[in-house]
Amino acid sequence: MADKLQFSLVAPEREVFAGEVDQVDAPGVEGDFGVLPNHAPFMTALREGPVTVRIGANRRTFAVKGGFADVTPEGLTILAEEAAEASEA
Amino acid sequence: MASLKEMRNRIGSVKATQKITKAMQMVAAAKLKRATEQAENARPYAQRMSAVIANLARGVTGDGAPKLLAGTGQDKKHLIVVATADKGLAGGFNSSIVRAARERIQHLINDGKDVSIIAVGRKANDQLRRLYGDRIIDRHLLSDHKILSLAAAQPVADRILSEFEAGNADVVTLFYSRYRSVISQVPTAKQLIPAVVDDGSEPVDLAGAAYEYEPSEEAILETLLPRNIAVQILAALYENQAGFFGAQMSAMDSATRNAGDMIAALTLSYNRQRQAQITKELIEIISGAEAL
Repeated sequence: MADKLQFSLVAPEREVFAGEVDQVDAPGVEGDFGVLPNHAPFMTALREGPVTVRIGANRRTFAVKGGFADVTPEGLTILAEEAAEASEA
Repeated sequence: MASLKEMRNRIGSVKATQKITKAMQMVAAAKLKRATEQAENARPYAQRMSAVIANLARGVTGDGAPKLLAGTGQDKKHLIVVATADKGLAGGFNSSIVRAARERIQHLINDGKDVSIIAVGRKANDQLRRLYGDRIIDRHLLSDHKILSLAAAQPVADRILSEFEAGNADVVTLFYSRYRSVISQVPTAKQLIPAVVDDGSEPVDLAGAAYEYEPSEEAILETLLPRNIAVQILAALYENQAGFFGAQMSAMDSATRNAGDMIAALTLSYNRQRQAQITKELIEIISGAEAL
């Protein structure tokens, strides 16, 4: 699986994360969902909750409050009302 | 000709002024750096938001389209939002925004439209009050907020939306200053309602796949569009802030330089006058001595 997913997480004040990742798990209003590269285009509103990003063997978690996720063939964009990286556990 | 003492005082006061303008310039320069960073950091969100809405808008057309996107179908009532800074001493920064807005307002009034105004920032209110005082329906001060965040833009957006829903506005336009560089800020008009979706970007190629929405397309648009207004206002406020400090910095720079020129000119004539006086006194002493 050579393909990567272009992911960007932006809050109104700044871009929290942008880059190529392998998988993103996010909390949608109608259930959590995971996005892999070449996902079918779709769009959903988000609940408050953690967004987990997998890059190779690494995982990074962001706390996200409200907003939208937009999946296009170009990648995944999350427009969050508030977003911050969870402190490393 | 002013006396020597008067000139000395004059030079002293210009020097004091120069110190102030110099200090203001340096403060503005420091704040400019932060403000530009903030403006640049906020850009991706606003851009993505526009892109997402543009994308959605292509799918929703006809009667089903939300009013915020399609407009009320009328062009009678205009709401003009003028965003400036709270403070002055920044050259023509505030005035140029207000002038652009005033031209539009006058144009609309001449065309027989109903125009109402929301002033954001003290200077917008100050400069528009005299001409259009009865048209200003709401005022917002930026100094109420220590740092610019969505909390500053939200009340403005809420007011716009309530006016729109009450049927008091068909078209909403925002005036602000786009930050291009330290010495260049461009007064800009941006139409908020109906949302302008043609941002020149190519439609995203879905490669034949259909977009799926959770919940429905309409529900997403309905929450996204009001949010977009707040976000666009916030982006404008950030641009304004950066532009303001840029304008202030260059205004204070030239003020400092002018003060320097003035000090040089005053010092020259002060010295000349002092020398003239010394020469005069010498002549008096010499001719006094010769007379003895």
